[in-house]
Amino acid sequence: MTAAIQFVIDVLSLGGAYALMALGLVIVYGILRLVNFAYGELIMVAGYSLYLLDGSPLPWLVMAAVAVLAAIATGILTDYVAFRPVRAKSVTAVLITSFAFSTLLQNAALLFISPRPRNVPVPDVFSDTVQIAGAITPVRNVLTIVAAAAMLSIFALVMKRTMLGIAMRAAATQFTMARMLGVPANLVISTAFAISGLMAGVVALFWLGRSGTVVPGIGLEPLLVAFIATVIGGMRSLQGAVLGGFVLAFIDTGLNYSLPQNLLQFRDAFTFSLVILILLWRPEGLMRGPASGQRT
Amino acid sequence: MLEVSDLEVRYGAIRAVRGVSLSVAEGELAVLLGANGAGKSSTLKAIAGALRPARGRITLDGAEVPYGWPERMVRLGAAMVPETREVFPDLTVAENLRLGAFTRRADPAGVAADHARVVELFPVLGERTGQPAGTLSGGEQQMLVIARALMSRPRLLLLDEPSLGLAPAIIERIFAMIAELKRTGLTILLVEQNAAQALAIADHAFVMRLGEVAASGPAAEIRAATDLKALYLGG
Repeated sequence: MTAAIQFVIDVLSLGGAYALMALGLVIVYGILRLVNFAYGELIMVAGYSLYLLDGSPLPWLVMAAVAVLAAIATGILTDYVAFRPVRAKSVTAVLITSFAFSTLLQNAALLFISPRPRNVPVPDVFSDTVQIAGAITPVRNVLTIVAAAAMLSIFALVMKRTMLGIAMRAAATQFTMARMLGVPANLVISTAFAISGLMAGVVALFWLGRSGTVVPGIGLEPLLVAFIATVIGGMRSLQGAVLGGFVLAFIDTGLNYSLPQNLLQFRDAFTFSLVILILLWRPEGLMRGPASGQRT
Repeated sequence: MLEVSDLEVRYGAIRAVRGVSLSVAEGELAVLLGANGAGKSSTLKAIAGALRPARGRITLDGAEVPYGWPERMVRLGAAMVPETREVFPDLTVAENLRLGAFTRRADPAGVAADHARVVELFPVLGERTGQPAGTLSGGEQQMLVIARALMSRPRLLLLDEPSLGLAPAIIERIFAMIAELKRTGLTILLVEQNAAQALAIADHAFVMRLGEVAASGPAAEIRAATDLKALYLGG
């Protein structure tokens, strides 16, 4: 029983982080039909923001807020630098510019900060543990679950209730038609990038909280996780992205619990095999997105 | 109100619209007739900003309309209803209508009043407010896209083949609705293949052939002078 509770907490906390990451990737993909390869760097930017603020007299929550804002700003900057100038030209062009922007940010970190890991401030509460029905777990995990639940609920509410949210959902199915109703293309796209930055920024706080350090290449793993989660869930569906995040976390955690010690280092191979099986069964992902779609 | 001069639309090497000029006066219902491929829809899309013309000048109340910015056209007071009947299938009928009033976010009371007005005009939409728009029938979807366009409180309505693929009984209702909208003072530019019915409600008509305006004049004259069959057979 204790092990079961432990397992559920692990799946929910990892899945919450994965789901937010996937959502940040799919919100841009849904509208532009383009994967933002500079997405992982938003986590890096949040990480270095925390590092640069380390030692300042600010309380951690303020530093965290600044880090999240930096990720949002970088997200919007991605749109202006990598997407907007070439968006109407070709998919290949955007693919290259988004890779270029990603490389640029990473190299800026290498050059101006360091290739070596840098410590980021982590609140004491992150390293505390708490006992829930017999299972001992880091408080960080519980906080991840709470933060993910809050973010997902607010996100769902905004998409359902606000005019901008409805416009975002509409633009994800028929972009030109949404524009013909007066929804400005650039507003919708910038908002998508801002949401993407918000998700990445919040995830970064918990992601970095595990190791307590940031390196220039830190964005690769979260990008990969987000990408796989959206592929599992269905690239076109917001609910699918969330579901995919939790499914991936379930697979990862399940393998962590069940694989013998000597096979644990090959965990990713098992994970990807299962992902392939899911895709053989459901090539379009678990959830189908809206029926049609077009790019700008 | 709407002035188009020397409009040209190209699809690669093909000149779909070749130097079209037309004007629609305030409160008028103008119809753009012609066979398939005559360039009617391309003309309308270029006016709405949904596609970029190669050249030409489009003005609305004297103000020049920029190429390829549908969202600006809405703010200038023109609403487009495309022929593809694009409802947002996953959004409910109410959400579709609400989005139609995107440019009027600051006026929730006015939007609510207009919502009530369009539901009165199209009662079937009132019965389906909570339903995803994708589950509506073709005729209902057509009513929804017209109602949605009205939510921006346009002064000019651009309608692209609203009768396309609908049953005769429903087409009649749609045309009655368009005539009704004209009576409210709305300026309308209608693209239609259904010449007889369109000419019956229109004030002015433009007949397009091979990308050019082949004839234009008061609807009654066009109706009397033109062999409608020839219009479609390209005679």
